[in-house]
Parts: sequence; structure tokens; C-alpha cells
Amino acid sequence: MKFLDEYRDPRVGQELVKKICARSVQGLRLMEFCGGHTVTIMRNGLRQLLSPHVLLLSGPGCPVCVTAHADLDKAIALARQEGTIIATFGDMIKVPGSFGSLQTVRAEGGDIRVVYSAADALSLAAANPGRPVIFLGIGFETTAPTVAASILEAQARGLKNYYVLSLHKICPPVIKAILDAGEINVHGIILPGHVSAVIGSAPYGFLPQKYGIGGVIAGFEPLDILLAVDMLAAQCEQKIPAVEIAYRRGVRPEGNARAQEVMETVFETADASWRGIGVIPRSGLMLRKEFEDFDATAAFSVDTVVSREPAGCLCGDILRGVSTPLDCSLFSSICTPENPVGPCMVSSEGACAAQYQYGACDE
Amino acid sequence: MEHVMNDQILLAHGTGGRLSRALISEYLLQALDNPILRVLDDAATLSLNGRIAFTTDSYVVSPPFFPGGDIGRLAVCGTVNDLAMAGAEPRYLSLSFILEEGFPLDFLKRIVGSIRTAAEEAGVIIVTGDTKVVNRGGADQIFINTAGIGIIPDGIAVSGSAAQIGDKVILSGPIGDHGIAVLTQREGLSFESPVKSDVAPLNRLVAAMIDSAADNLHSLRDPTRGGLATTLNEFAEQSWVGIRIDESTIPVNEAVRAACELLGLDPLYVANEGKLVAVVAPQKASAVLSSLTATEYGSQAAIIGEVVADHPGKVVLRTRLGSSRVIAMLTGELLPRIC
Repeated sequence: MKFLDEYRDPRVGQELVKKICARSVQGLRLMEFCGGHTVTIMRNGLRQLLSPHVLLLSGPGCPVCVTAHADLDKAIALARQEGTIIATFGDMIKVPGSFGSLQTVRAEGGDIRVVYSAADALSLAAANPGRPVIFLGIGFETTAPTVAASILEAQARGLKNYYVLSLHKICPPVIKAILDAGEINVHGIILPGHVSAVIGSAPYGFLPQKYGIGGVIAGFEPLDILLAVDMLAAQCEQKIPAVEIAYRRGVRPEGNARAQEVMETVFETADASWRGIGVIPRSGLMLRKEFEDFDATAAFSVDTVVSREPAGCLCGDILRGVSTPLDCSLFSSICTPENPVGPCMVSSEGACAAQYQYGACDE
Repeated sequence: MEHVMNDQILLAHGTGGRLSRALISEYLLQALDNPILRVLDDAATLSLNGRIAFTTDSYVVSPPFFPGGDIGRLAVCGTVNDLAMAGAEPRYLSLSFILEEGFPLDFLKRIVGSIRTAAEEAGVIIVTGDTKVVNRGGADQIFINTAGIGIIPDGIAVSGSAAQIGDKVILSGPIGDHGIAVLTQREGLSFESPVKSDVAPLNRLVAAMIDSAADNLHSLRDPTRGGLATTLNEFAEQSWVGIRIDESTIPVNEAVRAACELLGLDPLYVANEGKLVAVVAPQKASAVLSSLTATEYGSQAAIIGEVVADHPGKVVLRTRLGSSRVIAMLTGELLPRIC
């Protein structure tokens, strides 16, 4: 397939692996931030190919996984409101909250629709004028601009029944928080590709400046990842940490100005709670005051339950890179994709789901 | 006799009265006529000799018409293939409709036409049937159930638990076409794709394989729901052997690959309706492959792997990059990725 096979060429891949393994730095510890990267790594057995020269740790870059338990409970409570339509990406449906999941609410008669974009949710609102349609706004800087655009369009079209529960989060603050916690000792970070297509490379400048480590923005094909690993290894070898782009076909240093503008028009940063990590200052996106009419948090008050985390679940540690799915005693015994305990087993980009689906044969 | 006289299914078409008779004679008997069906008694009477394979399946595909086929062709091929995968020669099918009130009669006519064409192609006849009509909302347009009977040739005993160490794994052609063809027709996924369903009867492929391999043909299955990955896992578990496959040998059509990329799906898990996987003794593998590639629906067949003593119960894929990973069974729904 054109524009894809080039980035999967096995010969080039094997050459890159050889090159990385021949570098003088050994035992390199890198974190792949993004869940999409985790999937590519697992699907192509890259951990196995790079071991023991490079150790790859999964990071918190899975939007469903990092959604705080209390936020999930709120979404479930909204779904239980009479007459409400909840529009959501499919991955959210099965994530267990403190009491049930969206899936169980749907089985009880709740109207929960799987959509593929915020634009689809907007169409639902237009087609059901008498009923509130609440879109569950999950995602990073990749998704947030499209949700912002849907709100602007709802405003332009005068739709009064479209709401967004904004649980959007932004990436640079969480990377800082993980590094500040000092629990992981990494030599570099494989930075998210799609997020960076929007925000560019400048927001990661703190990596070399404050922490003395490098970051390379990577695409989602196996060669993209291997190239990023090699660039990080070269930085370590030469001891010149920097922020670089290994995904030139998708990312410009300045990002996407139009997407940034739309996002900034509608959202402002706010403190946000991340599963397993806690509240990180200015790491979330909330609707600005002037878009309050579309803000599900402002429009509906739901009884908040006292959230309880599932016992034994290591999702929080896994999201911080402190533990791997294989460290969790629930993994593949009690917690499976059919009966997930934690969100990392639900989302297709979750580290546990990727491990379960694509685990290497020697593990 | 009263004519059907309407352009849609009414509850009266299912009451057993005049309209029911008219529906049967005008829409079903005319297309599917044969001496056994024509009798219209409560049960078909059949004479059979030998070991019998018997199967049933219900078809609820939505939408009922999709690129490359429709629910009628699917209802014949699915049951024919279930029989063929037991090594049987399919002979007779039953055909039951559950129709939603208001279903357009010309749609029914098209579907019955597809049933006839597929049955002729597979060499089976419809010998008995039933039609029920339910209130609007009681069913989604049209559901079909077919049951089938076939005869297993002497000396043939294919089973998912018969795979042996050293056997070769053969796939009859590119995977994922049916699942993608149907998925792209679903509401909410508005993108155009040239992918057509592969829905086809596979009994002639199986007959050709039995001719060339006889009892060296150990396991056979059509990778429908759950895709190739699930079928291979079933073999590995049932036979308690390991299966090793090579990513670079698995045929996938370009358009299917492209659609899977867009939707975040893995073709290994996408449904097929006209493909089979065979586990064959190594000395007969190339003969079976040649017999397959000589058929219309097996022209792109390939040996994709082998049965090994290592990792019993597991399927391991060698990636193009040379690493290995476990291929698990399908888990949960196939959902497009979100970011």
C-alpha cells in the first residue's frame, strides 16, 4: 500500500535494528508516551527485537485510560438521566466505573450511541431537537480541536441541545508530572505523533532544558518508531539531548495553527485529574465561559457518587510507567478484554489490551 | 389464485391464509422449484445413504444487501460451507424467513433470486421452508435461517482436533473482504470503499482438496466471525498443538488493508464468508495447494504456516520484521480506534 509499505519495509527495519543495537549506549530506557505507539511496538514485536539494548516503557498516552474514575462516574450518571442521549467513542462504553459502566446503563435502557467523531454527535443533536445530546469529550490535543469545531458549529447553527462533557487533557504537563515524580529513570521520550501534528515541537522544549533528556516525535509505523529510537540513541551517544521530529510527513515544528486557534477559542486550560497520577495543574481543557451553554458540567448537575478504584488493579502504576501489565496479578486471569477491571484493558490503545492481544511469545 | 397484490410484506402474508399461499407460490416456489419442494407437505422426505452431516445457522446481517452479495447468498453459502468444512458434500437445505412487516417485496424477490443462484452454484436444493411475518420493529427487515444436510465420503474424518505436528496450514485466499464490505455499509461509517464481500460456496474447493489429499486432510474451517486469528486459535486449542504462521505469506487485498488502516482493525480478525483454512499432512501440502489454486475461489491460496510442537494452544505470528508475537482470539467488539 502506497505511503504505508515504505514505513514497514522489513529490510530497512532490520537495518535500523542492527544500527541501534550497534550503538555504544547500552541499556537505554525510553518511554513511548502514546498508546498508539504501544500498539505498533507490540504488534511488530519491537521490544523483543531491541532487547536488551533498549527497554521501552509504556506511558500515559491513552485518553480512555487516563480518564479519572470520578469523571467516568459522572459520565455514567449523565447517561442515567431520563431522555438524555450520550454520544461517545466506542472505547468508553466498556470501561467499568465505580458502579457499572456505560454498557450496563445501555442494557438498562439508557440511550448511548457510539459515534466516530464530534461531528456525528452534532448530527445526532440536530436530528433529536427535543432531547439533550451529550458528547463525552475524551482525548488529547488531537481530538480537542474537532470537538471545539463542533461547538462553534453548534453555536452557528443555533443548536440548543448539544453539550460536551469536556474531559480533554493536554500532553506536555503530564510528561513533566511523570518526570517530576522521579519514579522512572528514562533517557528519552518517544513523543506523540498526532498530538504534535497539532501543537508542534516547541512545547516539549522543557525536556532537554529542565530534565536533560531528549524527545523525538514519532509516527505510528514500525519504521517510524525505530527511527525515533535510533535518533534518541544517537542523542544519548553524543550527549546532546534535543527535541527532534522523526515524523516529518505529519508534523511541522510550528504545528497546525488553525487547529490551535479553534481549540483556544473554545477551551481554556484547567486543572485535571488523571487516573493513577492525580490532579495535574493546567493539564485539562474546559469550555470557556462564553460557551457555557454547551458545557454539560454547567448545564446538568448529577449526584456524584464516592468513586472507588478496583482493588488490585495496577492501571495507575502502568500509566506512570512504574509497572508493566505483566506485573499486575489481575492481568489475563481476572482482568481480560471480555471482563476488564481497569481501563488499560478496555481501550484498544491501552497497554494491557496491547499486551493481551499482541504479547510476544517469549513472555 | 389470489395474487400477492402489494409491494410490501403485510402481516397477512404470514397468517397461513391465501396471501401466504400466494407469497409461497409466486415468490418462493417459482424461483426454487424442485420435485421435493413442490410437494408442499409438512416435511420433505429424503433418501440418504452414508454418514450424514447436519447443520443450521441463522442470518441477520445488516444491511441485507451489501457489495458482493446479500443475505440470501449468505444464507446458502454459510450453511453449505459449514457442511463442507465437515468434509461433507452438501445436498439439501431448508429455508426459513422471518420478515418484518413492510419489507419491500421486490427486495424479497432479489434475495430469493440470490438464493437460487447460490444454490445452483453449490449444487444443493431447497427442500423445505417456512415464512413468518412479525410486526414492524419485531425484526430488522429480514432474518433467514437455513439448515443443511450433506454426506461425508468414506474415509474422511476432518476435525479441528486432528491437526498434527508437522502439518502445513493452507489459506484459500485473501482475508477480510466480507467484514469490510459489510462494515463500510453501516450507518455512521460514511466512506466509500471498493471492497466486495467474498461470500461464496466452498464445497467444490473442499471436493478438490479431498480428491488430492484424501485422509491427509486433517482440519478444515471457514474463518467467518472472529477471522483467521480465531480459527487458527481454535485449531491450536482443540488439537493442543502450536501453530506458527508467517505474516508475509498471508494474502490481504489492498483495499481491505487500506480500510483496516483507516478503521484501526486487524485483517486477521475480520470476517470472511468465502475462505477456508486447511491443515494438511506435509507430503500432500503442495498437491492440495495446486488443487485449490485451480479453482475459482481458491486461485490465491497460499501455505501460510505450520503446526509445531512448541507453545501448544497458541498461535504465533512471525512478523515481517522478523519478531514473533502471539495471535490471540478475537476479544470484544470490533471498534474503530478513537485517536
